[in-house]
Amino acid sequence: MTRVVLSAAAFSADAELSRFARGRTAATGALASFVGYCRATSDHGAVEEIVLDHYPGFTEKEIERLSRAVAERRELIDLLVIHRIGAVPAGEPIVLVAALSSHRAAAFAAVSEMMDYLKTDAPFWKREQGPDGARWIDPTAADYARREEHAK
Amino acid sequence: MTRILFFGRLRDAAGASEMACELPASLRTVADVRAWIGARDPELGAALGAPGVRIAVDQVFATDDAPASGAAEIAFMSPLSGG
Repeated sequence: MTRVVLSAAAFSADAELSRFARGRTAATGALASFVGYCRATSDHGAVEEIVLDHYPGFTEKEIERLSRAVAERRELIDLLVIHRIGAVPAGEPIVLVAALSSHRAAAFAAVSEMMDYLKTDAPFWKREQGPDGARWIDPTAADYARREEHAK
Repeated sequence: MTRILFFGRLRDAAGASEMACELPASLRTVADVRAWIGARDPELGAALGAPGVRIAVDQVFATDDAPASGAAEIAFMSPLSGG
C-alpha cells in the first residue's frame, strides 16, 4: 500500500506521522520517517523560499510508480510520500517520507531509497529564491551516485 | 494540435511554459520534433539537446527514437530535482 500527496499548502509533519502511525497492523514492528526542510541558507547565500514546479498528472503518476516499486521491493506494510509544490518558505517542511514494516531494516532502507529517487527521478524542478534573485537547483553528483546504488 | 511543454531551465530557454503547434506530418520521432524546433530557434534547440534533458510523450518517458506523430503532448524536461 502506498499514498502519494502533492500539497500546495504547508503540512504538519507531526500530524501526518501520527495519522500514518495509526495505520499499524498486527504485523507492524517498525516505522521510519524522514522530513526534509527548506534551509534558510545555501552555498549561494540566503534563501527566502524554494519554488517547486511540477508536471500535473505526470509527477503524481511517476512518484506513485516509484513508491510502489520501493514498497514491493522492501515488502512494506505502508509507504507515505508527501511533497510540497509551489513556493515553500524557508523553515517549512518540503517532503515527508514514512514507511511501516515488520522489521526496522526494511523501513530504514525504504525511506532512504525513496528519498534518493525523489532527488533525481521525480518530475520536480526547484529554484531557490534569495535577495539576489532566483537560481535553479540541479541534483548533485552525490545525488546521482546514491541513486545508482539502488540500480545495482 | 500538439502541446509542447517546457520544464525547469528549459522554460526559461523557451521563454514560455508551453506552445501549441501544428507539427508537420513529416516529423516522425521525438528527435525530429527537436530538430524542427531547433531550426526555428537554434538556441532553444541546443538547450533541448543538452545532457540530462528528459522527454515525455503523452506523459510517458520517451527516447529520441520514440514516435511523436499524433502526440497530444510532448514535454521537454531539464534535470529532475525533488526532495
